[in-house]
Parts: sequence; structure tokens; C-alpha cells
Amino acid sequence: MTTTVFERVRSVASDVFGVAPEGISASSSSENVDRWDSIQHLSFVLALEETFQLQLSPEETERIRKVGDAVKLIEEKLAAAGR
Amino acid sequence: MQPREEIDRLITSGDATGASRCLAELWQREPGSAVASFLTSRYEKLRGTKHFTAHRLALLRSFTLEPVVPLLRAAAFVAGIDLTVHLGDFNAYPQEILDATSSLYSFAPDTAILAVQTRDVAPELWDGYADLKPDAVTASIARVIDSFQSWVKVFRQHSPANLIVHTLEYPPTPSLGVLDAQSDPSQSDAIRQINHGLRAVCRAHHGVYLLDYGALIARHGFSHWHDETKWLTARMPIAAAHLIHLAQEWLRFLVPLTGRTAKALVVDLDNTLWGGVIGEDGMQGVRLGQEYPGAAYQALQRALLDLHRKGILLAVCSKNNLEDAMEALENHPGMLLRPEHFAAMRINWGDKQQSLREIAAELNVGTDALAFLDDNPIERAQIRSALPEVTVIELSGDPATYADTVRDSPVFERLTLSEEDRLRTTFYSTEQERSRAEQSFTSKEDFFRSLEQEAEVAPVTPATLARVSQLTQKTNQFNLTTRRYREPQITEIADRPGWQVVSLRLRDRYGDHGLVGVAITHADGTSCEIDTFLLSCRVIGRTVESAFLSHLVEHARAAGLTALRGWFLPTRKNAPAKNFFAHHGFTQESSNGDGSLWVLDLQKARIACPEWVKLRILPGDKP
Repeated sequence: MTTTVFERVRSVASDVFGVAPEGISASSSSENVDRWDSIQHLSFVLALEETFQLQLSPEETERIRKVGDAVKLIEEKLAAAGR
Repeated sequence: MQPREEIDRLITSGDATGASRCLAELWQREPGSAVASFLTSRYEKLRGTKHFTAHRLALLRSFTLEPVVPLLRAAAFVAGIDLTVHLGDFNAYPQEILDATSSLYSFAPDTAILAVQTRDVAPELWDGYADLKPDAVTASIARVIDSFQSWVKVFRQHSPANLIVHTLEYPPTPSLGVLDAQSDPSQSDAIRQINHGLRAVCRAHHGVYLLDYGALIARHGFSHWHDETKWLTARMPIAAAHLIHLAQEWLRFLVPLTGRTAKALVVDLDNTLWGGVIGEDGMQGVRLGQEYPGAAYQALQRALLDLHRKGILLAVCSKNNLEDAMEALENHPGMLLRPEHFAAMRINWGDKQQSLREIAAELNVGTDALAFLDDNPIERAQIRSALPEVTVIELSGDPATYADTVRDSPVFERLTLSEEDRLRTTFYSTEQERSRAEQSFTSKEDFFRSLEQEAEVAPVTPATLARVSQLTQKTNQFNLTTRRYREPQITEIADRPGWQVVSLRLRDRYGDHGLVGVAITHADGTSCEIDTFLLSCRVIGRTVESAFLSHLVEHARAAGLTALRGWFLPTRKNAPAKNFFAHHGFTQESSNGDGSLWVLDLQKARIACPEWVKLRILPGDKP
């Protein structure tokens, strides 16, 4: 069984924001996650880059408002890279 | 079961040792931002059950460091350090240092790190270099050095904390291109001159250390290390993959500053010190020499020799026939290490955990002061579970990586190197001679007389300050109060009216032991109180402690005081000092949850210096 991109992003978000994985959904955002401020946002992006071994541009970083945005973006980038 | 669920299960079931082993393994497998917060939150739950060294760290910086903090806290927990981090405001380090009422000082750090980039503190030398006239370059260099000088000086006036200063990094693409290397001074020369100046600034103060930031970046390659996009968007110049390396570099300072270092490294032989199995392959068959793969093992031996020169003891623990192993140790032409480099050896077919316990006892150190290097993952796993306090060094299967793995390990870092450190390894070989001599005497007294011990007591001086502080930080066994003092604190204590800080140096017929004892006392009304009294474990059990005490008694009596008081504060380690007061005629006056208070009536009691110790008292300058 392979872990889906969503599960991996959820695990990163859970670690970075200190919330149990069950508490993270595609609609989790800085609106409803306590520790999701601009600094934690940077940590979240760095952790995603590290986990998926890819680079996110400033525009892409900006576009991530919810966990679901990050999943979609990473799926696109992985597909584009043929991974 | 997933490792995280397993860790939570272990924590819930109360198995702190198992949980922290799994946490360390998880970190070993995937160190990074993704697991850092998980690790930290779980280690925090273990606070009550496992011993961590608490340490307060202030970060003063000119660039974004927020994402490094979780990595640093996780890596520190794995190393046994519970860090509280204060992150100074972005680029506000000069105000924070210069203002005595700033949040930096109210945080009361144990250590502060000053991380400033060249482009922030010397922008004209970073990207305007081509426009600068030579005298402007000189002025710029002087200005930057002066700024650092005043920051360090003012910091030291307001805080006794350790200070780690980043050096300035070099530009990867100089303004003049290849012409820069032909110029005098070149752009990198100018920055190099600043770094020279920084070293002089740091050396002029106690407890101020330099971190070679340029070398750290070079080790990983500037083009990989630097992330221009993150720099431009978030003022974060370091690529995600390298944040961990900055955290690890800081730990190389924090581990020795918190005393979580290893005093001895225990090594395996077959497939660790040489390639192959000596008992099967024989002298001709084992791989060790200047050609690959033997060269990889020689590189490891060279790394071990460097540790030996820094005063870290080496020991052998190998499952082998003694004669086979000794033949290789003594006679193999490729060996850089010889039997005299090892302070203890256990070469037998017994359990390695038993051997490690014996080695610790023979070297007079706790098992938590041991590091263990073995190519066999099963041996490593057994030691991890049987002796979780031992630092087990993880090796990949490739011998070419062994030397660097040892060199990278923070437990072997030292921030100062005293003469005692350099000499320590020879002490242990003369110690072996000494124990043999002890066995040949019929009475203890005869043995003590034969040692011809000369003890020299002197007030702490600038020259002995580093060693005195080091002894308070490192001595665990014969230590009545285990109070740890950094260098600036010792200076401050010695300056207090009525206080005295003295060191004890010991020589005997086998050689000079260097500074091995410290006592701190202060007058309190009509009595004298012992704040600190300690002896290095190398000289326990030869009555030097009585000689040292006799000096304190005479000193207090000469000052007209009528009683000598002292606390014994028990720890997990200081049982050897437990009966010290009772043995010397002190009576217990009171006790509380921390320990017991003992008193000696100076008008009645006499503590004689043992006749076989010659005691000399030297005058000295205060540091």
C-alpha cells in the first residue's frame, strides 16, 4: 500500500502545527489551525520541500492557503516531474 | 506498528528508555523539519522520567532563523539537552546587546549565538566592493571589527553567558569576477581580515567562541546552501535541506557547553579498526594500509589519534583471541594506533556490555561518559538497550565514511584544550604502572610514601581559570556540591569580598597530574563555608583530599574563624565523596531534601596534612 500525497502532507502539517493527524483535513487553514501563522507557514513550506524533495516558488508558496491547496500543488508538481 | 504509534505506546506504558531510543532512531532515519515538532513534543513528555540538561539559548541574528529552532530543539533533545530558545527580533541584535534592560538579558541565557551575515553587517564589502577605494576597504574592515568588539564587550558586561559568534562568510561570486583573485586586497581578503580580527576579539574574553560559518557553508557548497528565492521573499538565506546542518553545527558547541561529552571512546577491532577478521584472515589477510580498502581504516585510526591528542581516552572492546588481536595491535605495519594509545582493553569472548562496564570502572568514569564504535549493528543495538546512557555511534556499512562519522560526532568536541587534556592520555598509562606498584606494597602507608606526592595550592589566576571552570563542569564523583561554574562566574566569585577560589596541583614520582582539585570557600560571620570542594577522579583514594582540606582548615583558622561548614549534596554520581565530612571529624548539623550540612569546630579539631603529602601554598593574582 502506498501512502497518498494527502496522507504525507497531513503528517507534515500535523507535525508542524502540533495537531493530531485526525484533526487535519483538506480544508485546514490558518483560519482554523491555531499555530498556523506566517512563521509556521514558512516552516510548513520548508518541511514540504524537504519531504517531497521539490522547490516551491514564492508564487506557489503564496497560493497555499489550505492543506488541500498544498496537496493539489504537490500532486501537480510530482506529475510534471514524472514522479 | 508505525514508529510514531510505537513511541506513544512506550510513553504511555512508562518505558522512557525505550521511547527515547525509538525517538533517537526516528531522528537518525529522517532528521528534518517534518519530524522535529513531533520529536520535541514527545521528549517534553519524558521530562520527568529521563535526565535532560536544561539550557537557555538566545539567538541574536540578522536573518530569518525561525525554521531552524524546531530542528535545533529536536536535535538537542536527542543529545540529552532540553533547550529553551529565545529568538531575538529580526536584525535587532545591536539594540538587544547594547540595552541592559533588553529581553535578551531578562531571558538570562546560558548561551547566546550571534549570527550575522556579511551582507548585513558589511554590505559595502559584499556587493559594492568594486566601487571601494583601498582606504575605504581598510576603514570598512576596522569599522566592522570595532562593532563586534563593542558588542562582545558590552555583552560580557551585562551577562556571564557563553557567547558563540559566527564568522563572516565569503562571497561566492566576487564583484570583480576572476579579477578579484588578482587584486590586493581582494574582496575575500577583506572579509578574511575581519575574521582574523573577530578571533582576537573572542580570545580576549572568557567564554566567547567563534563558529567558522564560512567553513560550514563551504562543507555543503554555497550553491546548495544558499536559497536566493527564500532570501528575497522571507529573508531566509538557507535552503530547507541545510537548516539541519546549521542546527547540528550549533550543537557541536552546546554539547561541550552542557558537559554532555564523552570522555572515552571504546572501539571494536575486526572490520572497525581494520578490514577483515584477524582470527580468520591473519596478519596478511586483514585490510589496513595506504591502499583502498585498507586506507579507509587508516583514516579512521587517524581520526582516533586526533581524539587521543585532544585528551579523549581510547579503549578496545573486541570479541577475539587475545594473542591474535595483540599481534595485530603490536605488529601490523598498517596500524597507526598501538597498544600504548589505549587506556583500557577488553579482548575476550564475553558480553560487550560487561566489558564496557569494566572499562568504565577501570578508567574511573561513569558509563555515561563512554562512546562506543562498532561496525556490527547487533552489538550496537545490544549496547543501546543494555546501557542506554552510552553514546553509540551509528555507522553506515561503508568504511570510507567511518572517519568522518567520528569527526562529526559532537560528543568529542572540546571548546578549550588545557594542558591537562593533552597530558591525560599519558596519565592513564602511568596510572597502570602506579596500580602495579600499589600491588607490590604491603601497606597502604608504604605505598603512599612511595608516591612522593607534592600538592600545590594556589588562588585561581588568569592562567588557571579555564581549567578551574572545566573541573567544576566535569567533575562528578568526588564533588561535594556539584555546582557548575563557567569562567566568568569563577572570576566574579573570586572577586567577591571574603570569598576565595583555590586550585590544587599534584605531582608525584610518576609525573605531573596538573590541576586536579578546586575549593571555593567564603567567610560567613564567624564561620567559613565550603561552597565547592572537588577532586578529579584520577587522584581519588590517595589522601590528597585530606591534604587539601587541611589547607582550608588552616586558612580559616588564620582568618580568626571558629567553624568550618559544608554541604554534602548527593547526586547519582558523587557517592565517593559521601563520607568525606564524617571521616574528617565533622558532625552533621542539619539536613533537608537536598543534602546534609556538616560542621567542624576549629577551636577543637585539627586536620593534619598526611605526612606523605608535601603541601605548598602559593600566592596568586585574581583573574
